Amino acid sequence: MSAPVAEDFKTDYKYGFVTDIEAEELPPGLTEETVRRISAMKDEPDFMLDWRLKAFAAWKTMSEPQWAEVKYPAIDYQAISYFSRPKKKLQSIDEADPKLIETFNRLGIPLGEQKFLANVEGSNVNSRPATPVAVDAVFDSVSVVTTYRDTLAKLGIIFCSFSEAVKEHPDLIKKYLGSVVPVKDNYFSALNSAVFSDGSFVYIPPGVRCPMELSTYFRINSANTGQFERTLIIADNDSYVSYLEGCTAPQRDENQLHAAVVELVALDRAQIKYSTVQNWYPGDENGRGGIFNFVTKRGLCKGVSSHISWTQVETGSAITWKYPSCVLKGDNSKGEFYSVAFTGNYQQADTGTKMIHLGRNTSSTIISKGISAGHGKNTYRGLVRIGAAATKARNYTRCDSLILGATAEAHTYPYIEVKNQSSQLEHEATTSKVSDAQLYFLRQRGLTEENAVHMVVNGFCKEVFRELPMEFAVEAQKLLEISLEDANG
Amino acid sequence: MSKSILEIRDLRVSTGDKEILKGINLTLAGGEIHAIMGPNGSGKSTLSHVLAGSPDFTVTGGSITFDGKDLLEMPIEERARAGIFIAFQYPPEVPGVNNMQFLRTVLNTVRKARNQAEISAAEFLQRAKAAMARLNMAPEMIKRSLNEGFSGGEKKKNEILQMSMLEPTVMVLDEIDSGLDVDALELVAREAVLTMTPGAADAGRRAMVVITHYSRILKYIQPHHVHILSGGKIIESGGIEIVHRIESQGYD
Repeated sequence: MSAPVAEDFKTDYKYGFVTDIEAEELPPGLTEETVRRISAMKDEPDFMLDWRLKAFAAWKTMSEPQWAEVKYPAIDYQAISYFSRPKKKLQSIDEADPKLIETFNRLGIPLGEQKFLANVEGSNVNSRPATPVAVDAVFDSVSVVTTYRDTLAKLGIIFCSFSEAVKEHPDLIKKYLGSVVPVKDNYFSALNSAVFSDGSFVYIPPGVRCPMELSTYFRINSANTGQFERTLIIADNDSYVSYLEGCTAPQRDENQLHAAVVELVALDRAQIKYSTVQNWYPGDENGRGGIFNFVTKRGLCKGVSSHISWTQVETGSAITWKYPSCVLKGDNSKGEFYSVAFTGNYQQADTGTKMIHLGRNTSSTIISKGISAGHGKNTYRGLVRIGAAATKARNYTRCDSLILGATAEAHTYPYIEVKNQSSQLEHEATTSKVSDAQLYFLRQRGLTEENAVHMVVNGFCKEVFRELPMEFAVEAQKLLEISLEDANG
Repeated sequence: MSKSILEIRDLRVSTGDKEILKGINLTLAGGEIHAIMGPNGSGKSTLSHVLAGSPDFTVTGGSITFDGKDLLEMPIEERARAGIFIAFQYPPEVPGVNNMQFLRTVLNTVRKARNQAEISAAEFLQRAKAAMARLNMAPEMIKRSLNEGFSGGEKKKNEILQMSMLEPTVMVLDEIDSGLDVDALELVAREAVLTMTPGAADAGRRAMVVITHYSRILKYIQPHHVHILSGGKIIESGGIEIVHRIESQGYD
């Protein structure tokens, strides 16, 4: 039977539109002056400017990492504009440019609260409680609106744009910014630290279980602009938060750079669940255009029995370079990484995780599902490090690759470093194809070949999808089906 | 008996350079159960795969007419939707795909193709649970992935469960008896017979082909016609007396 990939029908990237909105932009180029101007435009306190300048000085001494299994033309950092924001400054969402509201409506992101407010308590949709989602919407370089802030504030929860947090909660920022991902951690984290524009900030006070999903939606709109956002989430003792992140960008022939940093801090017995559906523009079927996605995400399980869980569904971007990791410092702390990465056409993904076990009795789970189609290249890269003091640490790793078609690639680089002999590690890995026998059987039951492939692939991803909040899981499944159709194997 | 549903005329089939079926003729009419018996390597399973539309075999001559249409022109899934069902000898495992979600998806796909309304979740579950109870399938089979980790017997029961739910017109049981213990064999056979019993939906319009090496399943599924396939040809056709002879004397 021929390669089981739908070749006959193509769906365009649904989010590829551009919003014609007046923007205030810095000219392309990156110098110390650029950093100063970003800080000035954002009216930042001195400590923030100093931090940026130190990061910029560090970045200049560093060079781009070359070890990843990805190939791309050299990035000209002087050709990128490092700041773009809608011209009109908003006091409330009512003043927003209707085009902006429409943009987020088209993306299915509700910027209003009224629709949900009536539902906050006890209302039901399909006999399931309707869960409102609080949204921080980031358009190019700035956060345009954050919903449900007042509702959350009553519980002591802070959910706001990063820019506001710098001004309103400088002590928390000073204490935690860069505490998980140091400025010099890597080339892209240093760059981000120098030029980051906005992002989300979350603080959950002790003993509070955040009653709704918090989410940030990132939208790149302007051409030749890089997006450098920063997210910091702090879960204080005995608290819980579930956080979602989504992203899209217009369809353009040029590549655009996205270099974000996300830091999570979980204190004693706190739990953070972080879910991402990454759908940046992946480029066209010839590999032209698409987002270069160089992201540093790391969580610190600082407190005892703390728990951080990353779930990611990566279907977009031309290049993905991303390793959401956990530093398991607190005794009995727990880290999890669940990932589905899809690469079709000429997409390349080098993604995985690092589980750094420092505390005693720490445990981690890694479930990675890579799917490659067309000329896609999919690499799992993971590190499990058991420190000398991490007595009785445990890790379970499973990485599965599914290859669709003869030109797709899958690579696996699992690294293991053990310095404590009482630890226990398990590693399983498989590489498979959608088998002809499966497709034949499913078609004999009445499914088209396309639907049969979708069914097998969804089954392959199930262990990851079930970790996502319900609505996100449905979206992820649809997104994967569209990506498979686009894959043009 | 009513009019013919499926007509196989002078069917010749090859795989690679090797001719496996060398001119098969077979007519199935509504309400009929046919048994095709034969020694290993006689081409029995090839016939079921050719009916399904497997790309592993090439039809080099002859015709198959199904409900007045040229079956050989139809893709695999169209044949299935039109009512051809093959209970596989070795159904594959599909990890992560829930057994019941799979069954409901294919049932609604087939129903849609037949201009029937989608089945409600409640009705589906009620019917599926009833069929599973008849087959003595453990209730937790609802939660498991399609055929994953199933024993040989569980896989066969799962095939018959699908057959029972999908209400096909032509049912082909490809060595369903292999690997089944006596109790499971009886349950599977009974469920198969139930689909052909007057009172079952459209029973009079359906036909069944039981492909087997051994006679034991034919104690429970009484065929109207028995054919012996050997060397790619039907060398003998008749009634149940052929089964009795093979029981005592074997093939040739």
